[in-house]
Amino acid sequence: MRYTFEVLVSLKPGLADPQGAAVASALPALGWSNVTQVRVGKHVAVTLEAGSEEEARTQVEAIARRLLANPVIEEFRIVAGEAG
Amino acid sequence: MRAPRIGVVTFPGSLDDRDALRAVETMGGVGVTLWHAVPDLQGVDAVILPGGFSYGDYLRCGAIARFAPVMREVEAFARRGGPVVGICNGFQILCEAGLLPGALIRNRGLRFICREVWLRIETSRSVLTAELEPGETLRVPIKHGEGQWVATPEQLARVEAEGLVVARYSSPTGVVDEAWNPNGSTGSVAALRNERGNVVGLMPHPEHAVDPDVGPTGGQPLFASLLAAAAAGVP
Repeated sequence: MRYTFEVLVSLKPGLADPQGAAVASALPALGWSNVTQVRVGKHVAVTLEAGSEEEARTQVEAIARRLLANPVIEEFRIVAGEAG
Repeated sequence: MRAPRIGVVTFPGSLDDRDALRAVETMGGVGVTLWHAVPDLQGVDAVILPGGFSYGDYLRCGAIARFAPVMREVEAFARRGGPVVGICNGFQILCEAGLLPGALIRNRGLRFICREVWLRIETSRSVLTAELEPGETLRVPIKHGEGQWVATPEQLARVEAEGLVVARYSSPTGVVDEAWNPNGSTGSVAALRNERGNVVGLMPHPEHAVDPDVGPTGGQPLFASLLAAAAAGVP
């Protein structure tokens, strides 16, 4: 069975996010002066063959832990599991 | 003293591998080219992971290079006490590999920075600074976009308690403060070592600072220390 999971990787909350700050600083010029914070992260879609959704999710978690996110600076969330 | 053999790893996207080899030869060592895909260190006495943008810096700087076949050998060599120095992208790779604490993120000011800086040496207890005294200052260039060193509170406490900082960004006279910190690194950290002192990572580029015809020579004592450690052999 083929499964696709989406992994969202973001900088830890306490850590300064210069990219997010740069995006936020552009918004007032576009007329949005009420935005208080922008955080930029990564979206990684992983498609894999596995025997069950649980098995697939466990593997994607391992992939995220080992490679997709650096635990020193980042956290991750696995948002969606879908078959096919 | 026989000339030590210093291996320099080339990853896809490495830029400074040739400069590192040339600096080794300029300082009296023998440069040995190592290839990322070949898990063989060819019996070298020390390893340099050079600067550049390995694997395009995709995902995170150094995140993919850290799993290159040659890195298994580099990690085993480092754990045996062999001298390993990571410069710029090489520093990022060593942090990703867990051989040094912390991580390197986007510069505080967002810009890629390419200029000369001053470093204050913090310890002689590393393969890169054995021939220097704490408090000495050196002129070397930096050129990076992701050079802001950060760490977890636990890592930071351990780094400072165990004296793992090898060099900090400073004024020409060795004053360390935010005005002389180019990238926002925690504690103005420019170079770090492991507990044993045989693994060192730094964002500045000593390999661009050994030839007086093309710039400052602050890299000379750093390479001299590395070559001496390499010649002495793995303890």
